[in-house]
Amino acid sequence: MDPLALTLIELGAVVFCLGLLARLAGRIGMSPIPLYLVGGLAFGAGGVVKLDGMHEFAHLSGEIGVILLLLMLGLEYTAAELFTGLRRSWQAGVLDLVLNFLPGAGLALLLGWGLVGAMVMGGVTYISSSGIAAKVITDLGRIGNRETPVVLSILVFEDLAMAVYLPILTAMLAGVSFLGGLSTVGISLAVVTVVLMVALRHGHRVSQAVHSENSEVFLLNLLGAALLVAGIASALQVSAAVGAFMLGIAISGATAHNATRILEPLRDLFAAIFFVAFGLNTDPSTIPPVLGWALVLAIITAATKMLTGIWAARRAGIARPGRFRAGAALIARGEFSIVIAGLAVASGVVPHDLAALATAYVLIMAILGPLAARYVEPVVKAFRRPAPVTAQA
Amino acid sequence: MNVEETDLPGMGRRKDFMTASGRRIGVVELREGQMELIVSTWDDPDTCQASIPLTGDEAASLGNLLGGQHLAMKLSEEHREIPGIVTRQFSIAPDSPFQNQPMGKACIRTRSGVSIVAIMREGEVVPSPGPDVVLHSGDLLVAVGTQEGLDSAADILRNG
Repeated sequence: MDPLALTLIELGAVVFCLGLLARLAGRIGMSPIPLYLVGGLAFGAGGVVKLDGMHEFAHLSGEIGVILLLLMLGLEYTAAELFTGLRRSWQAGVLDLVLNFLPGAGLALLLGWGLVGAMVMGGVTYISSSGIAAKVITDLGRIGNRETPVVLSILVFEDLAMAVYLPILTAMLAGVSFLGGLSTVGISLAVVTVVLMVALRHGHRVSQAVHSENSEVFLLNLLGAALLVAGIASALQVSAAVGAFMLGIAISGATAHNATRILEPLRDLFAAIFFVAFGLNTDPSTIPPVLGWALVLAIITAATKMLTGIWAARRAGIARPGRFRAGAALIARGEFSIVIAGLAVASGVVPHDLAALATAYVLIMAILGPLAARYVEPVVKAFRRPAPVTAQA
Repeated sequence: MNVEETDLPGMGRRKDFMTASGRRIGVVELREGQMELIVSTWDDPDTCQASIPLTGDEAASLGNLLGGQHLAMKLSEEHREIPGIVTRQFSIAPDSPFQNQPMGKACIRTRSGVSIVAIMREGEVVPSPGPDVVLHSGDLLVAVGTQEGLDSAADILRNG
């Protein structure tokens, strides 16, 4: 068959299947991410069906998916929200970082994956899925709840932490020495600060540069700017993802809201292909051996997120049920864990088992997170009422 | 009244307060401009029993209902000393002949002896409105007059 025809047929079939999977996910009220990953596993190397024609396209689209995911993560909060979030919740944010980074990093060291592996797995277990958390909060009607701002501020802190973490990770993956690593950290911190300052004072100018009343012009401006910045960042060894993320932070105000609306369908498409591409590159037969570790990690990091939420909500003066709700809302890991694992796998310096472990871990957490958020309340209530009906006569 | 305002990063802003009965009540203004009315459960003020999405019109109508009632109650209290004087509220229906017309056109005072002392509009009070104030559908008119006068004023507003 003509290679172009083959590619189109494969791509069409895959995207159509993703549509079915997303519909199934919506029907049973779960995040589609785990299903996309499973889809990728089924189509990839060692999977049920082998798709070679679309490999190249899937690879590039996956890259664009990462750029869009991070651009929209940056768009999500205004610079002012980032600052107030940082001021209000840095203690909880630091606790979150320590409690949830260490289990992943520790396991990576235990499995002999070295410092780079530890850095990657720490990131995978640290970052909650703000996408799943926001959806859970909206779906369960908890926007007006008192613990919700606590959860959101922790997500804001994670967002900022990503801005520092990603450049460091990129440097480590590129094999920069310790001293070089330190200077990268310095540079990335400086860049993050400068971008935040610019966003706070001159965000409207950056916004103006891409803004247009015409949605077509606006879309092209945005996408062009994002790919340009990402490409330049990549050429400077600062990871394309970080560039896109910084652009997202710099765009603010009404422009940011419009940008989110206009980019959403594109992000959904390319991110879905990214998850599939990640699954494609993971051999399903490598998953069963690491499944046990993934489960252990899932249990530990579900507990540590729970602790983070409980501690933060308690500090905010929230009663017991609310503390547990806050903890459970944070449990889900998803898109950004896969982004981090994807960066690591693409660099080729981490063992293949890492991709398998990250996949299995995210599969578990993306399913467990929303379930935990939904059922934590009745469970806490059941435990709270061991009915004190002692006979008083 | 102590209304608490809380930022919800990435989502919007919450404004709420505790009622005397121990429930938290308020609104969440979402980023995209929608509004939700929130009411906490009775046993856990941190959580919401209901969060009801409201359109702009619905929010304005609810504001009018609550604000108008409050205004009418205050006015009735003040007029209690004067026998025969009653306060009543009229809402402008979408099919009212005076919709989008200046209030003076209805000649309510001349025809029924009733005074329109305030208009509640989108949750705000327009005090002692003049004859040139244009009426809109959804406006709530707070009127003071005799029982018969108010009946005829209601008829005027409904049927012209």
